[in-house]
Amino acid sequence: MTPVSFDTLQPGDALPSFQTEPLSRLALALYCGASGDHNPIHVDIDFARAAGQQDVFAHGMLSMAYLGRLLTNWVPQQALRQFGVRFVALTQVGDRVTCRGTVVEKFTADGEQRVRLALSTANADGQVKLSGDAVVALP
Amino acid sequence: MIDRRHIGHRLPAFSVPVEAGRLRFFAKATGQADPVYTDPAAARAAGHPHLPVPPTFLFCLEMDGPHPAAIRELLGLDYRRLLHGEQQFSYHAPAHAGDVLTFEPRIDDIYDKKGGALEFVVRSTRVSNQHGTLVAELRAVTVMRHG
Repeated sequence: MTPVSFDTLQPGDALPSFQTEPLSRLALALYCGASGDHNPIHVDIDFARAAGQQDVFAHGMLSMAYLGRLLTNWVPQQALRQFGVRFVALTQVGDRVTCRGTVVEKFTADGEQRVRLALSTANADGQVKLSGDAVVALP
Repeated sequence: MIDRRHIGHRLPAFSVPVEAGRLRFFAKATGQADPVYTDPAAARAAGHPHLPVPPTFLFCLEMDGPHPAAIRELLGLDYRRLLHGEQQFSYHAPAHAGDVLTFEPRIDDIYDKKGGALEFVVRSTRVSNQHGTLVAELRAVTVMRHG
């Protein structure tokens, strides 16, 4: 990991982005078990249809976990101060999730140099699914 | 309409152990290839005493409590009409495998939009470790869709 430095960063700088494989039903089943979120709407198509959905859809928190990877790929987790998202649209089976982050602000708080990041996930069509932000402390 | 008298209600606190096996399973399920999250030696080399709890896993540990449906039952929320609207974490101290974390959930707010077609429940949860140190504060917004 190349250390990220407060002084060399500027608003507008992008974090290294990545795109996942298309989300499989297996991926949703694994996340159901691993996360402890057993809401059937993400894994049981019969339940999803009875609830008015055409199909199961991904846990929003799975995409948030991908954004967590975006952050910890970039800085050690100890640097993370805040992390939040709004779940803007449903992420569907088969979607590739692209995770992006951009520096929006540099500031000092609690005696630390910090940057605020704008975060998003989008599918391959560019439709935004999660929109959020994070604050990390940097040397 | 969800009864607004529940605003400010505190749910019973509970404690959950952080298990290394669960952290490895979570890493697999989220495509996490960084060995810091699966290999204790790599974690120690990165300055952690054991496998770190990844940024969003505190939300999962909260679901491991004895009554994960407590708020739904208290407020009479229909599972099929619920959506996760927002999720926020504020981090104060790291957490690792082997820790025992205590969760203190509270219903912070209940409000509606679009003439009551959408109702929102805001839950905040304070998380502390076995030493009484504040680890994180979580804020979750759940959306109830009517009609």
